[in-house]
Amino acid sequence: MAEEWKAKPALPAPILETGIGGWLARNLFSSPGNSCLTLLGLALLYWSVPPVLHWAVFAANWLGDTRSACDAGLPGVKSGACWVFIKVRLGVFIYGFYPEAERWRVDFTFLLLAANLFPLLAPLLFRSLGRQLLLALVTVFAVLFLYGAVPAGVALVLLFLPVLLVWLSQRVAEFAGGGTFLLPALASCFLGALAAGLFLKLFFAGEAMVPISLFVALLLALLLFTRRLGVTAWRWFLLATLYPLIAWLALLGGAFSLPLVETHFWGGLSLTLVVAGCGMLTALPIGVLLALGRRSQLPVINTLCVSFIEFVRGVPLVSVLFMASVMFPLLLPENVNFDKLLRALVGIAFFYAAYMAEVIRGGLQAIPRGQYEAAEALGWTYWKMMGLIILPQALRLVIPGLANNFLSLLKDTTLVAVIGLLDLLGIAKAAMADVQWLGFTREAYLFAGLVFWVFCFAISRYSVYLEKKYHTSYQ
Amino acid sequence: MNSAAGGEPIIDIVGVNKWFGDFHVLKDINLQVARGEKLVICGPSGSGKSTLIRCINRLEIHQKGRITVDGIELSNDVKRIDQVRREVGMLFQNFNLFPHMTVLENLTLSPVWIRKMPLHAARKLAFQYLERVKIPELADKYPGQCSGGQQQRVAIARCLCMNPKVMLFDEPTSALDPEMIKEVLDVMVDLANSGMTMLCVTHEMGFARTVADRVVFMDAGEIVEENDPETFFNHPRFDRTQLFLSQIISH
Ligand SMILES: Nc1ncnc2c1ncn2[C@@H]1O[C@H](COP(=O)(O)OP(=O)(O)OP(=O)(O)O)[C@@H](O)[C@H]1O
Ligand SMILES: [Mg+2]
Repeated sequence: MAEEWKAKPALPAPILETGIGGWLARNLFSSPGNSCLTLLGLALLYWSVPPVLHWAVFAANWLGDTRSACDAGLPGVKSGACWVFIKVRLGVFIYGFYPEAERWRVDFTFLLLAANLFPLLAPLLFRSLGRQLLLALVTVFAVLFLYGAVPAGVALVLLFLPVLLVWLSQRVAEFAGGGTFLLPALASCFLGALAAGLFLKLFFAGEAMVPISLFVALLLALLLFTRRLGVTAWRWFLLATLYPLIAWLALLGGAFSLPLVETHFWGGLSLTLVVAGCGMLTALPIGVLLALGRRSQLPVINTLCVSFIEFVRGVPLVSVLFMASVMFPLLLPENVNFDKLLRALVGIAFFYAAYMAEVIRGGLQAIPRGQYEAAEALGWTYWKMMGLIILPQALRLVIPGLANNFLSLLKDTTLVAVIGLLDLLGIAKAAMADVQWLGFTREAYLFAGLVFWVFCFAISRYSVYLEKKYHTSYQ
Repeated sequence: MNSAAGGEPIIDIVGVNKWFGDFHVLKDINLQVARGEKLVICGPSGSGKSTLIRCINRLEIHQKGRITVDGIELSNDVKRIDQVRREVGMLFQNFNLFPHMTVLENLTLSPVWIRKMPLHAARKLAFQYLERVKIPELADKYPGQCSGGQQQRVAIARCLCMNPKVMLFDEPTSALDPEMIKEVLDVMVDLANSGMTMLCVTHEMGFARTVADRVVFMDAGEIVEENDPETFFNHPRFDRTQLFLSQIISH
């Protein structure tokens, strides 16, 4: 008979290994040199943090809404920062020179964006359809309560359409049963677009007829030809098509009895977000196409993509913006007037697309040959294979690089100042020049910096979240 | 049963030549495979075995000769390549599962997107084949969480979900540990018994002996000899074959 083997009991770790003492000893005072550095660091913190806190918080002026609240020498005025200055101008910082009576349109646009984007960005939180519908319902009621019936109707369409479309596409799939009906499907796309156009023509004097009809045609085509899209895919589709249409109509106006607010009235944080949002939404897909083009075997496409990327990477963004602003009008016919903001958007989108293309190409190169071969052997064709098998893997690999691009895109929106658009930083500078409020440069810069930091930090944390999410699912 | 004497061969390779640059990989290959036949291809490294079977589903392009699969001749015509790939499934040495999807998604993706099958039907099919390769419990795991043998069995199930008439195996067990080799070979034997047409590049001589209808030996881009396993292993015609067999068996 063999002897019985017994494991030794586990003993508690030595005192210095655990607890606060252990942590301190290991991390801060592990050697005389490190101890010196720790003390030096503490001294530095002691020397720098309290004065800043004192200026920005404890001795700051928070109350009041006139210049006199911050006039040194007056009774009750403290020696620190003057946040009254920011408070008084908060509206301008956020909306620029957008007319006060119309500012709700900006709020509405961003509220709608949040409600559309949230289930996409936090899919784990909104896995159940019930929660998605709840969010949509709450949003619609909030819009109804805040802005009235028509905006609520728009929100209703945008937020509930994905669910309806999934249901519809299932019905279509059942009806078609695997067969293809090219002509009837094309005909219904055409008729749908025509109907939408006619409806607008009859009831709204044909306002925004062309884009809305185009959208309806695209929607029907997608519905009838790809019968396999889920709620998430439809949401992305609407975010990329219908939402920009709504945002454009709501912000610019001049249709559906909304007064026109031309783009030179736009400014501040909302302009920053419009430019950054459009830039991100357009630069990524263009970047993907450029990356694929650069890896293409077809010489014409390849050469075009390579020269575009190399050209754009060789010039500074400021000059691209100048070119977009000054050169474009020269190339276009006389009477076509391209909006200045639109020109800046195009410039930024293509500039960042070139950078993202190179990042994405790096990801594509990391996908083993075998993935392509397995897909091809299963009968996949190029675009489907890229969209569902190769790109999802490649993009996951390059999340850190893309996050980098997104961050610098957000910060580079400040450069639209060179073509005369006032983003958040531009508005801050304009506010400093106000003769009523001279001398509050520090507050204005600090506020603008803080707002940028909040958005950048959010992007950065979100990229970390994405990385973790995909990493854990791989191994 | 032997060769393509009776009935139309499902794969007909006539006078195929292929070059990689100046390098002549396949030299005047002639090979017919009958419906339901199991063919084992062996030969030393670099002899062109992989290249030959990859020509059959056009992962490689041959420059001379004619390859016909189930009556469809391969050419640059994309439609025909598509048709042939519908009939032919392929297994790889390193599995090539899609790592960003669960096992179940790996199995359902192609039927849904390529065959336009409704999702619930595709799922049913997937579970049916997972049962058959004996790993239904892995459906929600990612490939990275499965062992090599399990991954190769998933790859087999993924092929079967596309309902192929012919299956090509390129050294399906050579990246596996010995105990995993058996589980994959068991599935392959089961598949062979079900009547699938199989072309299998492998060094598993036990598998060749028991399952193959015919063994093809290649060297330097040529088919040196082909025979039924009994004759092939016991009375090889050429000294080159004998040398190869003695090397393989001494291992
Ligand atoms: N894409 C390629 N470009 C150039 N040469 C290649 C290419 N693929 C294979 N070769 C060469 O062709 C020859 C045959 O390759 P193949 O992969 O068909 O051999 P194999 O018989 O499968 O060998 P192994 O047992 O090592 O897999 C080898 O010498 C190889 O170096
Ligand atoms: Mg090989």
